[in-house]
Amino acid sequence: MRRLVPFLGVALAVFAWHLAVVMTGTRLVPSPWAAVRAIGELAQKGLLLKYIVASLFRVTWGYFLALLLAIPFGIALGTWRRGELAVNPLIQVLRPISPLAWIPIAILWFGVGDLSAVFLIFLASFFPLTVTAMQAVHNIETIHLSAGTNFGLSRPQLLVRVILPAILPQLVVGMRLALGVAWLVVVAAEMIAVNSGLGFLIVDARNAGDRYDLVVAGMILIGAIGVVLDLLMRRLETLDFVRWGYASE
Amino acid sequence: MKVRFSNINHHFGSTRVLDRIDLDVKEGEFVCILGPSGCGKSTLLNIVGGFVKPSEGEVRIDDEPVTGPDPRRIFVFQERGVFPWLDVEQNISFGLFKLPEGEQRRRIDHYVQMVGLKGFEHAYPRELSGGMKQRLEVARALAVNPDVLYLDEPFGALDSITRLQMRRELLRIWEAERKTILFVTHDIEESVQLADRVVVMSQRPARIQKIVPIDIPHPRDLSDPRYIALRDSIFGEIGLAHQV
Amino acid sequence: MKSVERYLLPVLTAMVLIALWHLAVIATGTNIFPSPAAVAKGIFHLAEKSLLWSYIGDSIMRVVFGYGAAVILGIPLGILLGWYPALGRLVNPVIQMLRPISPLAWMPLAVIWFGVSNVAPIFLIFLASLFPLLVAAMDGVRNVPPMFLQAGRNFGLSVPQLMRRVVFPAILPRLLVGLRIAFGIAWLVLVAAEMIAVDSGLGYLIIDSRNAGKRYDLVVGGMLLIGIIGLAFDTMFRRAERLARAE
Ligand SMILES: Nc1ncnc2c1ncn2[C@@H]1O[C@H](COP(=O)(O)OP(=O)(O)OP(=O)(O)O)[C@@H](O)[C@H]1O
Ligand SMILES: [Mg+2]
Repeated sequence: MRRLVPFLGVALAVFAWHLAVVMTGTRLVPSPWAAVRAIGELAQKGLLLKYIVASLFRVTWGYFLALLLAIPFGIALGTWRRGELAVNPLIQVLRPISPLAWIPIAILWFGVGDLSAVFLIFLASFFPLTVTAMQAVHNIETIHLSAGTNFGLSRPQLLVRVILPAILPQLVVGMRLALGVAWLVVVAAEMIAVNSGLGFLIVDARNAGDRYDLVVAGMILIGAIGVVLDLLMRRLETLDFVRWGYASE
Repeated sequence: MKVRFSNINHHFGSTRVLDRIDLDVKEGEFVCILGPSGCGKSTLLNIVGGFVKPSEGEVRIDDEPVTGPDPRRIFVFQERGVFPWLDVEQNISFGLFKLPEGEQRRRIDHYVQMVGLKGFEHAYPRELSGGMKQRLEVARALAVNPDVLYLDEPFGALDSITRLQMRRELLRIWEAERKTILFVTHDIEESVQLADRVVVMSQRPARIQKIVPIDIPHPRDLSDPRYIALRDSIFGEIGLAHQV
Repeated sequence: MKSVERYLLPVLTAMVLIALWHLAVIATGTNIFPSPAAVAKGIFHLAEKSLLWSYIGDSIMRVVFGYGAAVILGIPLGILLGWYPALGRLVNPVIQMLRPISPLAWMPLAVIWFGVSNVAPIFLIFLASLFPLLVAAMDGVRNVPPMFLQAGRNFGLSVPQLMRRVVFPAILPRLLVGLRIAFGIAWLVLVAAEMIAVDSGLGYLIIDSRNAGKRYDLVVGGMLLIGIIGLAFDTMFRRAERLARAE
């Protein structure tokens, strides 16, 4: 019974949606069934997979590029006080610039296309990841660093055997949050800067003939993929090498 | 002489912490450093450990000046020093990376046994009690076969029963391996139970107020009049009447 | 020495970066991408025309309304869901499904429901901040140590008193972090919404400057303003967190 409660919640919500559409007699907002049919239509036209792959492709590139650069950069700043003093204020000013505000510049530099979107996602993930890595290094217990040096570790050994494992739990959480933001940004970027992907699907469905069933179908797909990404990242948080970092279970 | 402090002065900013500390520790000796909270005991231990550079003076070990931390001399922190991301075996083998595989294995097994963690080889620190973590940290230190151990209130966070057991364990290990031990505590009973000599420090800026040799063989009988007399003399030294 | 470094170093890096930017503009001979001086001049012009102030005002007004509504609704609702676990189990899956829908994906629906007006972006900002706040409050309440609640009951507190004197203070630190993160997302969404759905505000400034005459000096100027205002809000939130922790 207990395990059914969550499904009940979703079912109730869908039912309420259906009722609302029927009762208001609106023709703009589709019923749940119409949205499902719209997903079927996309699949038939071969657009479903194409758009999903396009969106995921952009996120993957932008996000992994950011991981690759931001984590070493953040660790370097975290261990080198002068470097942090010099660079941190700039990061703090650049960070709150909505990645989408870079759209005009992205288009100027990279044109309308995948590269622009990848660049925006890169920006969206780079700053939060850098800050997370830097903070995580600050949060390492001095005792652990002292113990590491006491056992005669060299700097590179200290990095691999103490600093990295110590920051991993916080890093994994930061990676999940950053992926969430990246997913949000790809949708927006696709609405403005490219001609494919789930974000494009939504604006296009609306502009080309007010197909609100396709709009809602796109939203459902975006939500579903977002959930899957989030769940995958949460999986990482249950692994032994990070679990110690999350207080009392 | 194993460890020689000569004329150590130390201050943090304008706070003077240590005032002309001179002390010699013999090879294999168990020395307790006792003093009121905040007087500078940890600072002194951090200096001999190589983690803090004294404002003045120097420490020599085996007649070489201390310039930094060294794996021949291991610092044991209150149980918080174990690495939470490693299991018991991995913690014990943390400092053994220069040894061949077989020797690592041998030492891990030996020290797991010695500190009574058999059956917990693959447990993570979060699955251990405070006392077990403390023993793990001692095992990790002993495994690299250091000649000196520094312990900073190692049993301070344990309950009183575990603390008594840990003292007995430490003495057993010390008698088996004869390390030189510098042990910081603010527990008078503890120092008299463990040490060959108790170094009593004054309020900050800490001077060595008195050095009390405890010439009672182990195991020590806590109702022995000699024990009680020594203990009370230290209580008197610190300016406390031995009454609650 | 240390405190001198603290101010000198960032100023120095900023100067170096601005110099590099300036040089890059000269070296590439671009006449599209603005030099730092051009950006400063552009902002100056806007400021004179008072258009800038009304844009800033519009942006802040939208974020305050959307975010404010999310706070007023989301936090009590989140506390409620955390307090009654059965209700939480029922509603949580719906939240978890709606949450990852990029708020901007709601744009077409927002436009049919509210028209092209201020309400549409406010609604998007509301959505963007609502879910993180709901979740922060709900998780916060679930993680209040049972000991605190027992102690509260032990001293004879009623449920409303328990809420006010135990639950709320206990979740406050987490809540403040959630508030800050939610604001960050709201700020991000605001800019995007203004680029698409309205004709004022800093987001609009950026997209309009590009479309109407490739005024990239104003684009970059707008970006800097967005960064600086965002930073000011972020700093405020961090202050509040520190105050709450110090108490
Ligand atoms: N890194 C530091 N910077 C500035 N002051 C310090 C630092 N470390 C210690 N102090 C100060 O030096 C004095 C001695 O500290 P220390 O930790 O050595 O005392 P302690 O004798 O170990 O105390 P306790 O018994 O409470 O552990 C204290 O007044 C402390 O505030
Ligand atoms: Mg101390």
